[in-house]
Amino acid sequence: MPRTRDYPGARSANTYAEGMNHHILSVLVQNRPGVLARVAGLFARRGYNIFSLAVAPAEVEGRSRITIVVDLDSAPLEQITKQLFKLIDVIKISELDPELSVERELLIATIKSDATQRSEVVSLVDIFEGKIIAVSEAVITVSLEGHPNKLNDFEDLLGEYGIVELQRTGRVALPKLDRGSRLRAVN
Amino acid sequence: MTEPAAPERITGAQALIRSLEYENVDAMFGYPGGCILPAYDPLMDSPIRHVLVRHEQGAGHAAEGYAHVSGKPGVAMVTSGPAATNLVTPLMDAYMDSIPMVAITGQVPTAAIGSDAFQECDTVGITRSCTKHNELVMSADEIPMAIRQAFHIATTGRPGPTLVDIPKDALTGEMTWHWPTDEEVFDSLPGYRPNTKGHPRMIREAARLILASERPVVYAGGGILKARAAEVLRELVELIDGHVVTTLMARGAFPDDHPNCLGMPGMHGNATAVTAMQQSDLLITLGARFDDRITGKVDAFAPDAKIIHVDIDPAEQGKVRRPDVPIVGDAKYVITEIIREIRDLLQGGTRQADTSAWKSQVSGWQEQFPMTYERSAPGDLLKPQFCIEQLNERAPKGTIVTSGVGQHQMYTSQYWKFNDPYTWVNSGGLGTMGFSLPAAIGAKAAMPDRTVWAIDGDGCFQMTATELVTATLEKLPIKVALLNNNFLGMVRQWQEMFYDERYSEVFLDSSNVPNFVMMAESMGCIGILVESPEEVGPAIEKANSINDRTVVIEFRTDATEGVFPMVPAGASNSDLILHPTQQDRAEALKPVPDSVDNKLKDGH
Repeated sequence: MPRTRDYPGARSANTYAEGMNHHILSVLVQNRPGVLARVAGLFARRGYNIFSLAVAPAEVEGRSRITIVVDLDSAPLEQITKQLFKLIDVIKISELDPELSVERELLIATIKSDATQRSEVVSLVDIFEGKIIAVSEAVITVSLEGHPNKLNDFEDLLGEYGIVELQRTGRVALPKLDRGSRLRAVN
Repeated sequence: MTEPAAPERITGAQALIRSLEYENVDAMFGYPGGCILPAYDPLMDSPIRHVLVRHEQGAGHAAEGYAHVSGKPGVAMVTSGPAATNLVTPLMDAYMDSIPMVAITGQVPTAAIGSDAFQECDTVGITRSCTKHNELVMSADEIPMAIRQAFHIATTGRPGPTLVDIPKDALTGEMTWHWPTDEEVFDSLPGYRPNTKGHPRMIREAARLILASERPVVYAGGGILKARAAEVLRELVELIDGHVVTTLMARGAFPDDHPNCLGMPGMHGNATAVTAMQQSDLLITLGARFDDRITGKVDAFAPDAKIIHVDIDPAEQGKVRRPDVPIVGDAKYVITEIIREIRDLLQGGTRQADTSAWKSQVSGWQEQFPMTYERSAPGDLLKPQFCIEQLNERAPKGTIVTSGVGQHQMYTSQYWKFNDPYTWVNSGGLGTMGFSLPAAIGAKAAMPDRTVWAIDGDGCFQMTATELVTATLEKLPIKVALLNNNFLGMVRQWQEMFYDERYSEVFLDSSNVPNFVMMAESMGCIGILVESPEEVGPAIEKANSINDRTVVIEFRTDATEGVFPMVPAGASNSDLILHPTQQDRAEALKPVPDSVDNKLKDGH
């Protein structure tokens, strides 16, 4: 049996950037050893707060894209981007205003769901268009991809059944397409 | 530099030394040890002069001193582990003061990295926040490119220290020699494109503001020296007939004996420089960064001034004070362009605003608030300011002065008349005690024909005094003026002023122990003790006449002497504490309330 832990009071640490004055930086870097440490070290040294951070190789070989959600109450965005840009390995920084960007995140969670609860949990996952990854007698592992706010709501509702473990990836984002070139917004 | 026809196989160590030669390194400072050993072998056959220091920190500061006076990057080479950590202070010092410097550190063999091997440390991790860039190379092949990148990054844009960490097996391994082309270096650094040209529209706007200003002050910082812009600075100042303040990092960038020079501003700046900035309507900021030692309380700093801010580092724009006209670019280029725009505007019929009322106000302050100290009575201890005036008066032309950190540094900046650029070497941003002696050795290595005076305090001197051995054995004869007041003078002054004269752990008793004269002589130098004013001049003359040995003069100075004027930390520059003998006149520095005339003019 996995060790279970409840997240009482639903909205716990996951109020996640909703109330926070945040901004998203999409940072294109040379994919070299230590580049993440340079970025993280800069934030630590200058006292900037990172809310979430996601890194993966970018579309061009030898480049990675780091998506950082920064807390703008800790420092002005302009200083953060200028200091970041001083790092030799940083090639390009795009500032993504939450209003003008598409944001996505992935959540996976293991939820307590014995026979009496299972159908409720399954229907909740259905409503959110999530996926069921694995089921056991007492617990169920689900995943959901979507806008971070949607994930927040999902997480809140899951909390009522008892979350055993939960992991979110941190958000990734790209700029919204211009009206003219936008083919169709897919939610 | 012609490439040999056939591919040439050499070791990483040979490639390293050859790369340094290709970068035109003529002198470097270092200390050998385990992991860097392979590099010291081909060094024996190289024309590069290696100065063997006695502590790795000394190598770093010497490299800084070399870079300060020559404009070329200083090079320090040391081994791994403790040697690399000993280099951290100079790297941070160079980073804070934007000194071009290249550090080469040995590292344990690649296979041992991460295993807590003997003399292993995470050099790249430790120095990440105190270098402009650093790199761990993993094979011999990478060495020439890493060295080229290190020199390129250290010397372009806003200069700074770089570090190349080289594992032992990369030094012993073989590679096919190839010297990367400019293009290859450029392509290898896609994220590094420093902007040197200012924005033309902003430059025009700056010229317009300058001509419209009635109370302009040029705030010249260390960037003037880095950009080799002292001449164009003078041209600009004379064109607009404005005043200049030179920060601690910019002393000598504009001649102190020039009528438009107001000297040093800031915490211990002279009253006129501080107040002129405070009441100016336009600060023409050139290569300066609104350091807290300059601004005092930021919210109260130069409240009426518009700000033109020329800096090569975009991150300095708006970091402390939001500029009205931000210009990112090389100071020399931008100043030249501003001059051209001003000339254009003047030719087009624009008239410069009337600055005469301001000028007479400034010269009034200069008359009322000269730098001052009380002479010592016969039989009393020496006044440090007097010693510095005497050193300055008797210094041969072109003398280079280095200093440590504290009272002696401030006295030197205040009382030495700096009339030439690149004659003042000190630790500004980091405030590194012990800087002056190794920095003087580095300066002497760069400029062997010049007189180099290291002005030091008894606290600072004891931090790096061991480098006197280096000066002697490497035949780099410098001169040390040791102002011994028995105390950590600046800390003592703060305890006197802000801690109810409770002197905690500041009494060094250095007139008792050590015996500085014997110490100097034990290291092959000439030691002279000076206790009374009439001995000061002759001792300095004697020191100046000795050019084949390092001379240390110990001056016994008065510990109760304080550095004035002073803006207490965190206070407004308007609340400057004057020298006790000038405090009765403090009212003269208060701003005159805006007259109706001024208000009307502003409304125009």
